[in-house]
Amino acid sequence: MITVENLTKTFPGSTGQVRALDGVNLDVAAGTVLGVVGPSGAGKSTLARCVALLERPDSGAIRVDGTDLVSLDGTALRAARRQIGVVPQGDSLLRQRTAAGNVALPLEAAGVAGPQRRNRVAELLDLVGLTDKAGSYPDQLSGGQRQRIAVARALAASPSVLLADEPTSALDPDTTGSVLTVLDRARAELGVTVLVVTHDMGVVRKICDDVAVLEGGRVVEHGKVLDLVSDAASRTAASLLPAVDQNPAAEGAFDRVADIVLIGFAAVGALLPEATSRFGVELNLLGGGLTRLGETPVARFRVGLKGERADSALEWISEAGGSVRRTLAGPQGVAA
Amino acid sequence: MRSATPWSEVFDQLLVATGETLYMVVVSTLIAVLLGTPVGIWLQLTAPGGLNPRPVLHKVLGFVVDLGRSMPFLVLLVVLTSLTRLLLTSTIGPTAAIVPLSVGAIPFVGRLVQNVLSEVNVAVVEAAVTTGSSTLRIVRSVLLRESLPALINAIGVTAIALLGYSAMAGVVGGGGLGDLAVRMGYQRFNDRFLWSTVVVLAIIATAIQLVTNRVARGVDRRRTTSI
Repeated sequence: MITVENLTKTFPGSTGQVRALDGVNLDVAAGTVLGVVGPSGAGKSTLARCVALLERPDSGAIRVDGTDLVSLDGTALRAARRQIGVVPQGDSLLRQRTAAGNVALPLEAAGVAGPQRRNRVAELLDLVGLTDKAGSYPDQLSGGQRQRIAVARALAASPSVLLADEPTSALDPDTTGSVLTVLDRARAELGVTVLVVTHDMGVVRKICDDVAVLEGGRVVEHGKVLDLVSDAASRTAASLLPAVDQNPAAEGAFDRVADIVLIGFAAVGALLPEATSRFGVELNLLGGGLTRLGETPVARFRVGLKGERADSALEWISEAGGSVRRTLAGPQGVAA
Repeated sequence: MRSATPWSEVFDQLLVATGETLYMVVVSTLIAVLLGTPVGIWLQLTAPGGLNPRPVLHKVLGFVVDLGRSMPFLVLLVVLTSLTRLLLTSTIGPTAAIVPLSVGAIPFVGRLVQNVLSEVNVAVVEAAVTTGSSTLRIVRSVLLRESLPALINAIGVTAIALLGYSAMAGVVGGGGLGDLAVRMGYQRFNDRFLWSTVVVLAIIATAIQLVTNRVARGVDRRRTTSI
């Protein structure tokens, strides 16, 4: 696991000091994937470079399995770097080395030699599904393949933490999927703790257990993705859930209008139909839709209800696990 | 008006002079590359944004290197006479010329090497840093290996520059093709010597260029195989 404690970093700028990181706290449990997201200039890159031990923060700690790595130097720093596998931003493969040679680089640094090194390289190429490209040079690989090799290289020295800095920023949607699959497999098969810094909410949607939203050098939201999406006011919900369009004319025809977030197969499939039959209300979908967060189907619908027991129906949905927020309160004006 | 020197005699002298020139160029290139490359690496490591930035040291080193490069070779040749005598007990002949040739080319090679190394993608170097590699390992496996094709081209550039300088060294007793051209061709108005020397020099320069280009391409893996 990795924890980031109270990390601050200032850079000299043209108009005085620029505070890139302002007391950032994060923690990622062992074997989970945290996505760090945020707009450009939020401090994502600085955070990634600090965690990669390429940039020294002004203050704060970065602990991997309890040990602070920030204050280390020399040999101790080099040894610490082996605990954090890094997939750097952009093309980072040695172009004069084969794919296998690139994966071997951290093993050479760690003093692993001979058949042991060859076996480890073969294992990792297998993990990223590029065994047949072992002898290819980076210029003979596609962007997605190069990035998968970079992931394999980052994992070679068996780090407990994997840091990926914008791993999909230069890729098209199809190849993005293959790179994310490899990151997810690293977590699942090797139990690695993964920290992904990205501007792409699609990455969060596909592989992240937790998410941290960075803004102006501060963490403004941090938690489990599935918890945050049920909170309609969260930034995570706003950017991950299907949008609902405003349509006052249509909404006026109903007794109650509400936004409902449903998480999981059971809720998405059964909750709304059951509410209609149980309370004898008419329920119309006015907007929203269905998406998937990791393996979990998640829906956000704007629904309009007609019928005397509309409030009871909404209450029941809320009790049954749906997250309900009324946008048009009825005569009672009570939020469920 | 004397009759022209017979071609056989021209060839004989040309052969000896060519041997001397090649000897001077090859040995001094080797020495300059061997001693200049570490200078270039040092310049790059201490540069801002390098692996071990040392702004003051970098400036001082850069100043010394540029001072060396700005020195006219002919002046260096004379200035280094005592060093040559110290090292070789003689200041005459191709071997003696190797001393100023090598020394003069060290700062040249240093700058060339630094330029080449600075072209290596920062992301690639940082990726190696994050693997916990030592600076020595990064220099060897990343900086030097990644820029090997460009380094080989830089060696070619150095050798051709030294070919030119070696001709100058001839004037102060170094022997070689330059000496032959001046002594026989220019001072004795012997066109056969003059022009045949020019041709041989051109052939050597072209050969160096062709060979280094080919070797550089041979070690370069940055291309997709399209058969």
